[in-house]
Amino acid sequence: MSEAKTDLVDVQIDGVWYQFPKGMRMIEACRQAGVEVPHYCYHPKLTSPGNCRMCLVEMGMPPRPAPGAEAPAPDENGHLPISWIPRPVIACANTIGPNMGIRTTGPLTEECRKGVMELLLANHPLDCPICDQAGECSLQEFSVEHGKGESRFREQKVKKPKNVDVGPRVRLDDERCIMCSRCIRFTDEIADDPVLGFTDRGSHTVLTVYPGRELANNYSLNTVDICPVGALTSNDFRFQMRVWFMRETNTIDTNCATGCNITVFARENKIYRITPRQNNDVNSDWMPDSHRLNFHWIESEARLTEPLVKDGDHHRIAGWHEAIATAGDKLSALDGSEIAVIASARMTNEELLMVKRLVKHLKVGHVDTVARVGEADGYLISADRNPNTNGVKLVLGLDDPGSQIEAIKLGIEQGRIKAVIALQENLVDDAGFSAELLGKLDFLLSTYPLANATADASDVVLPGACWAEKSGTMINATGRLQRLNKVVDAPGETLESWEIIRDLVQVTGGGNGIYAVSDLFKQLAAEVSEFKGLTWGQIGDLGLPLIETGVTIPALDREKQRIASGLIVG
Amino acid sequence: MAIIVQRPKLKWWEQLYIPALFIGMRVTLGHLVSILSRKTKVTMQYPEEKWDEHLPEHYRGAPALVTDEHDRERCVACQLCEFICPPRAITIKPEEIPGDDKWAKVEKRPRTFDIDMIRCIYCGLCEEVCPEQAIFLRKDYAITGTSRAEMVHDKEKLYQIGGVRVGLVNKWNELK
Ligand code: SF4
Ligand code: SF4
Ligand code: SF4
Ligand code: FES
Repeated sequence: MSEAKTDLVDVQIDGVWYQFPKGMRMIEACRQAGVEVPHYCYHPKLTSPGNCRMCLVEMGMPPRPAPGAEAPAPDENGHLPISWIPRPVIACANTIGPNMGIRTTGPLTEECRKGVMELLLANHPLDCPICDQAGECSLQEFSVEHGKGESRFREQKVKKPKNVDVGPRVRLDDERCIMCSRCIRFTDEIADDPVLGFTDRGSHTVLTVYPGRELANNYSLNTVDICPVGALTSNDFRFQMRVWFMRETNTIDTNCATGCNITVFARENKIYRITPRQNNDVNSDWMPDSHRLNFHWIESEARLTEPLVKDGDHHRIAGWHEAIATAGDKLSALDGSEIAVIASARMTNEELLMVKRLVKHLKVGHVDTVARVGEADGYLISADRNPNTNGVKLVLGLDDPGSQIEAIKLGIEQGRIKAVIALQENLVDDAGFSAELLGKLDFLLSTYPLANATADASDVVLPGACWAEKSGTMINATGRLQRLNKVVDAPGETLESWEIIRDLVQVTGGGNGIYAVSDLFKQLAAEVSEFKGLTWGQIGDLGLPLIETGVTIPALDREKQRIASGLIVG
Repeated sequence: MAIIVQRPKLKWWEQLYIPALFIGMRVTLGHLVSILSRKTKVTMQYPEEKWDEHLPEHYRGAPALVTDEHDRERCVACQLCEFICPPRAITIKPEEIPGDDKWAKVEKRPRTFDIDMIRCIYCGLCEEVCPEQAIFLRKDYAITGTSRAEMVHDKEKLYQIGGVRVGLVNKWNELK
């Protein structure tokens, strides 16, 4: 075994020999061997200060022979005997070496863990019933697994500041803090906004914000995710729902072209919170606060829930059948060159394929999507605030999405374009169409989740599902194909865009054979060469690289550098 | 193992049933005589007569919320009772206690607390799971209403049934 590749070393973990690359942290070797070493301060994306001592394990090396004595002989597999060091070592900051032995069980480690837990709990408050972390708290979990089950501490607990506002989105409870320093390292190493630190000593140590500063950067809520206890909690999620009630759905963020991988927590069709989900090719372990909190509008009063048809000056509620038939009559009467389709780069590839069908079927003369450009923040947020611009290019076949909008406006002005189909876009507020301009049209159809000025001007308004209410695929800025998964049911009569477009195609005399969004993915795989041979299942929870775009994500670039320089495990 | 029960072999006069009727009548008359002569007790005349004083200490009636001697509502809306309730009778919406409240340091309380008494099975698990000694099954058993909505006990009703309990563990004292 030991003759294998030179950069691999033999390590014995709980009595079984493994081979791991030299220089790997003991805790990572154990994890890969399927042994979870309990830990608080260690986080693979942050430096390891080794200050919580929860990860103590027993370690041993081959005995060094006394001068003149004979060196111990290796056994038939080439392994030397191990002489165990009487004192434990921390697994998070120490690296493995040749012929090392690690014991994660046994009286020594168990006593160590009991001791660490007892000290951590000595001053810990009995807050679990009101603590948002309860149910996903490492302190709770490890005290069940490794704790003593009782306290010998009879003194008065130390009182510390509670319910402290450390920033606009984060609340601190110092009594619950276990001084792991993860949050301090995150703000310093990842967010470049070192505003947190410890003051005072011993059991009086408290986490504080630097005087006159606050934890306000756009990545502040990530500290809440990595805080192993309920010391840092989110103001937005505070007391909203206990974690054990919520169902988790893996999906992606649609606020920009990065497409951060996220987990959405919902109960009874209501979304309560969003957290980043690890994907080392997209967002590492993080996501921006502005994207994380942009979901409350899904429940807004302004949600459209029924198809509307304009009667004179007013909209009245119509059934899907009537609304689609009205649209069909108007569209069939026009020539394709008089129709413009404005789709959205917030649509999934599957929906865009349906748009392409519609365009082809009606021989539509003008097609575009609305560009959304912001400023890249140098971390995760991309300058392109549309999640699927690459999908628009690839599936809808537009070379420069957004470049035709002005031409379409001109066409309406000159009366050449008589009808516009606005799919999932708000033309007035997001694309600079004025209400008067839209008034010139013979026919305007819009689909959008919310009521807005474009809906006001529309002859037919169709409620379309938002990102949390549909499934599909998108291609992010780096060319990665990722899956969007449905989290909650859409309200009222709302339909997904692909269903709406399918109905439009059908009512204007086109055929179809599409019954589910998975059918559309099969068609994509058949029609678009980049998708050839792909299946829905293959994409998986982490997505897969589909095309080369040459775009990289700055936060990931820096992470790679830190891994290369050995600062973090990654 | 199969057990074969032998049918009794009836004589011809037994098969006529008429003698059995007279035997039955004798039993009925016997009871009548013993009741009239007040020798046996009869069923209680509910609801004119009630059993309330005889309810045992461990009787499990309607669950209710209690306040303590400091006039503090003890429930902190941890929602553990909502979680454990087998028929899902409990629905809680938590809220933050405002900063100017006397008990602001407790931080959390229920905004609404509903127990659907049509669902409640009086199992007592909510009382058992409550980490704050805030919910108890009281001796109220006559839970009636003329509509489904009336059968849902809201927070106000629950505190009204629960009343004040003294002598409970007081973990939110001044030392906290
Ligand atoms: S941090 Fe964990 S152990 Fe401490 S009060 Fe919160 S849930 Fe309980
Ligand atoms: S607040 Fe949380 S993350 Fe920060 S040091 Fe305390 S326990 Fe660690
Ligand atoms: S009654 Fe008790 S268990 Fe139920 S929410 Fe209130 S504190 Fe929690
Ligand atoms: S995880 Fe190793 S010391 Fe904290």
